[in-house]
Amino acid sequence: MAEYETHIVDVLIIGAGGAGLRAAAEASAMGASTAVVCKSLLGKAHTVMAEGGVAAALGNVWPEDNWKVHFRDTMRGGKMLNNWRMAQLHAQESPDRVLELEQWGALFDRTPDGRILQRDFGGHRYARLAHVGDRTGLELLRTVQHRAVDVGIEVFMECKIVRLLRDSEGHVNGAVGIWRETGKFIVFGAKSVVLATGGVGKMYKFTSNSWEGTGDGHALALWAGADLIDMECIQFHPTGMIWPPSARGLLVTEGVRGDGGILKNRDNERFMFNYISDYFKAETSDTIEEADQWYENKRDFRRPPELLPRDEVARAINSEVKAGRGSPHGGVFLDIASRRTAEDIKRRLPSMYHQFKELADVDITKDAMEIGPTCHYIMGGVRVDADTAAATVPGLFAAGEVAGGMHGANRLGGNSLSDLLVFGRRAGIGAAEHALSKEGTVTIDQEQVESIAKHALSFFDNEGKENAYAAHQALQNTMQELVGIIRTESELVRARGELHDLNERAKVVSVEGHRQFNPGWHLALDLEAMMAISQCTTLGALERQESRGGHTREDFPTPNNEVFGKVNMVTSMQGSEVQIRREPLPVMPPELQELFEEAH
Amino acid sequence: MSPESATAVEKNLQMRLWRGDAEGGEFTEYNIPAQEGEVVLDVVHRIQAEEAPDLAVRWNCKAGKCGSCSAEINGRPALMCMTRMSTLNIEEPITVSPMRGFPIIRDLVTDVSFNYAVARRVPAFQPPKLAEGEVFRMQQVDVDRSQEFRKCIECFLCQNVCHVIRDHEDNKESFAGPRFFARLAELEMHPLDTLDRRRLTSEQFGLGLCNITKCCTEVCPEGIHITDNAIIPLKERVVDARYDPVAWLGRKITGKPDPTPAAVAARFAPETLAQQQEARSAGRIGTHPETSGAGTSR
Amino acid sequence: MTIVDPAKSNMSVTAVQIGKQRGGPPLTQVLRKDRWWLQPALIVFGLSLFGIYATWAAFRNGHYYAGPGLAGGGRDYLSPFYSPCLADVCNSQGQYTGWGPIFGTWWAISPALLILIFPLGFRMTCYYYRKSYYRSFWLSPPACAVPDAGSATPNGKRKRYTGETRFPLLIQNIHRYFWYAAVAFAGILTWDAYASFRFVGGYGMGLGSLIFVVNAALIWSYTLGCHSCRHLCGGGINKLSAHASRLWLWKNIASKLNARHQLFAWLSLIWIAFADFYVYLVSSGMIHDPRFF
Ligand code: SF4
Ligand code: SF4
Ligand code: FES
Ligand code: FES
Repeated sequence: MAEYETHIVDVLIIGAGGAGLRAAAEASAMGASTAVVCKSLLGKAHTVMAEGGVAAALGNVWPEDNWKVHFRDTMRGGKMLNNWRMAQLHAQESPDRVLELEQWGALFDRTPDGRILQRDFGGHRYARLAHVGDRTGLELLRTVQHRAVDVGIEVFMECKIVRLLRDSEGHVNGAVGIWRETGKFIVFGAKSVVLATGGVGKMYKFTSNSWEGTGDGHALALWAGADLIDMECIQFHPTGMIWPPSARGLLVTEGVRGDGGILKNRDNERFMFNYISDYFKAETSDTIEEADQWYENKRDFRRPPELLPRDEVARAINSEVKAGRGSPHGGVFLDIASRRTAEDIKRRLPSMYHQFKELADVDITKDAMEIGPTCHYIMGGVRVDADTAAATVPGLFAAGEVAGGMHGANRLGGNSLSDLLVFGRRAGIGAAEHALSKEGTVTIDQEQVESIAKHALSFFDNEGKENAYAAHQALQNTMQELVGIIRTESELVRARGELHDLNERAKVVSVEGHRQFNPGWHLALDLEAMMAISQCTTLGALERQESRGGHTREDFPTPNNEVFGKVNMVTSMQGSEVQIRREPLPVMPPELQELFEEAH
Repeated sequence: MSPESATAVEKNLQMRLWRGDAEGGEFTEYNIPAQEGEVVLDVVHRIQAEEAPDLAVRWNCKAGKCGSCSAEINGRPALMCMTRMSTLNIEEPITVSPMRGFPIIRDLVTDVSFNYAVARRVPAFQPPKLAEGEVFRMQQVDVDRSQEFRKCIECFLCQNVCHVIRDHEDNKESFAGPRFFARLAELEMHPLDTLDRRRLTSEQFGLGLCNITKCCTEVCPEGIHITDNAIIPLKERVVDARYDPVAWLGRKITGKPDPTPAAVAARFAPETLAQQQEARSAGRIGTHPETSGAGTSR
Repeated sequence: MTIVDPAKSNMSVTAVQIGKQRGGPPLTQVLRKDRWWLQPALIVFGLSLFGIYATWAAFRNGHYYAGPGLAGGGRDYLSPFYSPCLADVCNSQGQYTGWGPIFGTWWAISPALLILIFPLGFRMTCYYYRKSYYRSFWLSPPACAVPDAGSATPNGKRKRYTGETRFPLLIQNIHRYFWYAAVAFAGILTWDAYASFRFVGGYGMGLGSLIFVVNAALIWSYTLGCHSCRHLCGGGINKLSAHASRLWLWKNIASKLNARHQLFAWLSLIWIAFADFYVYLVSSGMIHDPRFF
């Protein structure tokens, strides 16, 4: 039997984005020995891509803001599919989490009286997003990274986790990974494992996600027997770059609209006024005059329709393009050049200016940007307990994008960074408490390790000649076309069939070369995860016969509050098959219910 | 859907990529048709997907935000994802090599752990004590300077190009490199940081080795003015703390404390290889014992 | 179960091995395809040219003052290389408040040799000039990602590179003291610009006056854009917001000029030589200084 490099810790954290590092800082502060593993180098996680800000009801710009308003906005944005308790904790705790970052060295933009400046974002009643220009994610990640380094957490970089380990009772007690550099295996024994692996965007062709977004954590949880919920709820960010082809999908921050940018179609019409749903009528401007005054006077005017929640805007853009009023490359125009001075734009949106200049040769202070929806975020994820972030399998925890429930059917901009902090910390506490209360030492089942290693290496022996890159592309095409922003039964059924075939293909992918830093092999392993997750998403999309938030069915264009508004779609592994079932949503206590009645 | 018009222009790219590992390697030429609107990383990916599936390349965001895809393109240190093919002369072969300031792992991937080792030595932000319920108050003008340095995406291109360590490996013992001067400047200029880092910067991080030749600034993809806004202002501050006789006299007369007492500085002394190893096996992994494991608010 | 020595794993805390073979294309191979040698070559050319001219001008020890006498054509132009006027010549001939009496006729060496120590020291320790001569004369490095030739010994072994940490380069740290002197000099040159409007019989303006005004303006732009100046204005303060006037100076004067420091370094260098040469031409009678009014 081979001997593997082995590390025993109390808490193992998979993923070194905002949630993972925040969890690590907390677990370590509680006295648990903590290790973090990540697929990339430390500090490269997808969190850096978040631009706009972190939502927290600090009330620095609008004193009338408070957690209840934030909570209400979050629930309404999520089309009431959220786990109410998570939304509540999130709204209550995010101000503290943001202030704590300052103690660790973060430097947010300031108000004239020296406090943290907050900006407007879609779906938020008040200007609520603490930000640093348009690179808030980077600021947040650096801050927690420096913190983690400062408290001395061990980080295992460029290491991909293949499977979780479980003990005889089925509790999660470790993981097996591969050093990307050497291709050698590494085994972790841990009393608690925290998943903080982020999203699944890479199963789509056009996505704002980095290569790491391959749903590893979702799949690890699924394979370890945990439940996933609402995997069909995927957010397509309304504004992604669409030209040039190589930049397609790259995010254009919502901050552009928050700072005055407007959407126009080919006929130069500000079309968002035609897409204000009844749900948001009361708080949205219906004339251009009113909308334009809002930027200056937010008290007396209603917000412009460009700042409706993301799902609404994405659908509107999609309809415009379908109706033939799109831009030359199949999107619409986002125009800030005609609305703000060049100097203002460069100061407030420096990285957008840079991004368009460098990649598309477009000067956004002079020309409009061409944009279209791009796969951005998955609201669904590992089913967790709101207070402890514990998954449905003991010893397993999840925080950040990989966890489900917090955002319901649609996430508001800025709520993901605060989600990372609030639930990263809670997962850190939950995992540390679980680990510290568990007696004895971790014993690793060598047979499990062996079979995982054997499986991972099997790709080198496959004679199938199936190329991992080609199989990945096929998956992306299927998902983009059949399980994309607008879905319908016939296409979903087709997708289910195609995915079944693809799954067989993915199993026989063969890898060339040797184990050292071999991207073909890494992709083959990532592909397994994406295959599993795309099945969950497709099943969920088929089963949820309504349109809600990030899930839009052409054949069921409206929400069905009686049936589907009350349930989570739960996917889990039964044998080797992914199964789906409905489970009732946790019910909100009456005092919180009231918040929704007094509104309007 | 949009026209999938990555129209093939009738041009072949001659891409000369470095293939090899620590044992050795060579430039291998790949011929691949040019496509419109591509960046170098796209081409490398196409080569990987079509011709060399085991070609090692590091990347994450493909948007110039993560700083993973650093390389030397036609000999110039740059991000592969932010170098448009249209800015290169495609009539001639285009070379892409790994960063040469660090040991190679494989193909275009290098071992950048030097930077992470230095990062651990930088003393973190030391906040002032706040009264209950009090929050930080800082003016925008006071955070502007440090914010510039916080734009850093840690691509380590500046660390790679800096001749102090690129051409003089032995200086890695005593020189932190431009990225960390930016970090030190960020902390030193932070309006609320309570640690005086001036002597530290000079004595432990080797600021004096920099001869302000500005290559770091030239390659920084974030356009951070590392030399003008971080290094030189730090050098001036170090002069205050170490070299200026009048400043020294002033401190003696007014009774101001000397900058960073030696005892504090010693805490951050560069760990030698042996010390690092020892610290590790003794289970002490924190940067400095005082802050290690400090609890956070619950 | 064996626990592998964690020191062998690839953690972020891995001890870095210094001196390890790097692999990859050899460092000595220049892969740059652009004309990276052009800039250092131009700088060598420009600075050498100035050096030659300045040497000639400094040893000239004559024709540096176009005074009220006949030779000066009734002007009051003093070459910036010879200002402040240490020799009798200005004093005896014009209204210029030089230090002539102190340095009386017994002083035989060119006064420029004394005077130039200060501007030379200022520019030699200037952060911009340091960059340019380290790069182009010492080839350390000649250009980015081009090997540092300055430190290779003939047998190909690398000399230890110590940057500015040892004598004599440690001296660079007193740049600010040269700056103090430079401010005085800028004041003197401003006075000279004023004096250039004084003609025998009253105020006037010649082409020389214009040259002197530009000269003073360029010298100020260069001097106030100095990094030491920027530091003194406010660069050394963390809570700038609490010092309104220093904030203003730092932000609107020093930092703005500092961003163009390279430009002013060259313009002022060229112009000062030109001003000297102009005075030489006028005072030696080779040209006649046109008078506007
Ligand atoms: S300016 Fe200094 S730190 Fe920057 S590259 Fe040059 S020597 Fe290195
Ligand atoms: S300072 Fe610039 S070049 Fe250096 S690591 Fe940061 S972003 Fe890269
Ligand atoms: S891939 Fe992130 S910077 Fe190039
Ligand atoms: S004169 Fe150039 S930096 Fe001082």
